[in-house]
Amino acid sequence: MTQAMTQPATAEQDLAIEVKGMHKWYGDFHVLKDINLNVKRRERIIICGPSGCGKSTLIRCLNRLEVHQRGEIWIDGIELNDDLKHIEKIRRDIGMVFQQFNLFPHLTVMENCCLAPIWVLKKPRREAEETAMHYLERVKIPDQADKYPGQLSGGQQQRVAIARSLCMNPNIMLFDEPTSALDPEMIKEVLDVMVDLANEGMTMLCVTHEMGFAKTVADRVIFMDSGEIIEENDPESFFSNPQSDRTKLFLSQIL
Amino acid sequence: MGALFFFALFDLHMATVEHPQKTAWWNNAHNRALLFQVLLAIGVSLFFAFIANNTIHNLQQRGISTGFAFLKQKAGFGIIQHLIPYTENDTYGRTFIVGLLNTILVSALGIICATILGFIIGVARLSSNWLVSKLAGIYIETFRNLPLLLQIFFWYFAVLQALPSPRNSLHIGEKFFLNIRGVYLPSPIFQQGFGWVAGAFILAILATIILKRWAGKRQEETGEQFPVFWTATGLILLLPMVAYFATGRPLSWEYPVLKGFNFQGGITIIPELAALLIALSVYTASLIAEIVRSGILSVSHGQTEAAAALGLRPGKILRLVIIPQAMRVIIPQMTSQYLNLVKNSSLATAIGYPDLVSVFAGTTLNQTGQAIEVIAMTMAVYLTISLTISFFMNWYNARSQLRER
Ligand SMILES: Nc1ncnc2c1ncn2[C@@H]1O[C@H](COP(=O)(O)OP(=O)(O)O)[C@@H](O)[C@H]1O
Ligand SMILES: [Mg+2]
Repeated sequence: MTQAMTQPATAEQDLAIEVKGMHKWYGDFHVLKDINLNVKRRERIIICGPSGCGKSTLIRCLNRLEVHQRGEIWIDGIELNDDLKHIEKIRRDIGMVFQQFNLFPHLTVMENCCLAPIWVLKKPRREAEETAMHYLERVKIPDQADKYPGQLSGGQQQRVAIARSLCMNPNIMLFDEPTSALDPEMIKEVLDVMVDLANEGMTMLCVTHEMGFAKTVADRVIFMDSGEIIEENDPESFFSNPQSDRTKLFLSQIL
Repeated sequence: MGALFFFALFDLHMATVEHPQKTAWWNNAHNRALLFQVLLAIGVSLFFAFIANNTIHNLQQRGISTGFAFLKQKAGFGIIQHLIPYTENDTYGRTFIVGLLNTILVSALGIICATILGFIIGVARLSSNWLVSKLAGIYIETFRNLPLLLQIFFWYFAVLQALPSPRNSLHIGEKFFLNIRGVYLPSPIFQQGFGWVAGAFILAILATIILKRWAGKRQEETGEQFPVFWTATGLILLLPMVAYFATGRPLSWEYPVLKGFNFQGGITIIPELAALLIALSVYTASLIAEIVRSGILSVSHGQTEAAAALGLRPGKILRLVIIPQAMRVIIPQMTSQYLNLVKNSSLATAIGYPDLVSVFAGTTLNQTGQAIEVIAMTMAVYLTISLTISFFMNWYNARSQLRER
């Protein structure tokens, strides 16, 4: 806080995501309780916690797929509120990868990647296709460009989903358990792509139980339970020296 | 079929256990399948030959000659609605055409109205507005759960027959009239020079096609979007208007006028047509609405979320992501609703709308006694219409299906 007061300008510019005292309810059910979270640019954050503790809800609040009821969320200096213009800007700025891939099954891989650049960024098709090809090469499936999602394996589909998000040239990427729906032999190919992305300096928030991945790339691990952030630490200390009992219990169950 | 399938399986089983010895020809899977098909074909032929023989025999005994000569004979009865000129002095053959056109008229109008109404109500059912969604729900539950015949009676006897007499017609500006005898509309009269207006209309359509191509190409190249829809709407309205005024307004209207007990002039929609059309449209729309609703719901919410996360706006999400996927669920079911509507239109008989069944398979059959020929012709018509609709819908469906592995 004191740092922020002395150098407000730089401190704010360095923050990609700022969440202050955020709460969310589903009806009477208090899903997220007083969430405070600052994410610096290029920072890579892993969120973990038992099933149903509100991890998905938290990251879905960040691009307004869910609406928070109290507190503030700032993304790249823009406040996330009812203002549709703000929501639009923020969604262009944030890419999201889902557990179930959610590729558009009626469009080819190439068309999946070009849809938003053409209709949202208003790019010429040629340019959109070039960008798409570039990212498809990066996720190592340029040869599948003309196939339909239904013709691909789960791992390939998830890599297409990552490429599709990257085509919008986002500053921040959100991942919601990107490997949970995959067969074990496909998990690595997706994680490899994510490690590459992390090494290139993408700001990432990733909900995952892949602790190996967390150890390799994370700057910080956040542990949540029943809608609260219980503990956060660098991966080294988090895994070797967990503070709270709940964290210890959780780690003992998954490791 | 079941038997054939069973034997085919049986043979497959035999083939796996048998050693490569010489098999009797009837134990060969191919031969045996063929044998059963030949036997089946012979059986079916014998059955039909028996029926045909029997019928011809009966007809001969009653002194009715077979064949289609009766189509040339004078019909001698009137038909209250004919899209082509028709009088009592015309032939039975012509009653067939008149009835056929009436069936096509009510079916085609019904399909159009039911589709539009059904889509609106189906989408309304999914509205987040509580009242709109509830009203749509009540509509669907009411109309799809009442027998269609009852609904036809409702519109014909309870609604249309309760309208005032021609003298006390309901009207809009003395130009549109509604009374117990039907709906009366002004009819257009095209004068010299109207060709220019029609020409301008066609020109506007052509311009729209070119515009759409151009806009698509420009978007491919520069990414800029062009408001094609609004420009095209403007063109299509404006060009004919300009031509209309430039050529000195070559269009006038003939208004229906009350003469004696009834209206003369203009276009008349008889109450039988109105009742049947309303009933068919309203009933089928309730079924289409459910199809549309389930089609849209069949697209998982994840699709909407993924599209929203990419920054697409709700309108574009609906157009580019949801509708194209919903259509592949909607179209096959729509086909059967269209077919049902066409077949249900034969309930016309109940209120005396002169459709094919009522006129041809009804009055003409009764007067001539040519049951076989009349029923065969009528069946052929319904088959043709149904197969045409199926063919068209299948073709459309094939284009919208997903490709999977
Ligand atoms: N749309 C919803 N309505 C009501 N409750 C919900 C809804 N979505 C999630 N929940 C509840 O909120 C809690 C947190 O869900 P979620 O964020 O998906 O958990 P996680 O991703 O950590 O497994 C769960 O208990 C879940 O049952
Ligand atoms: Mg989750």
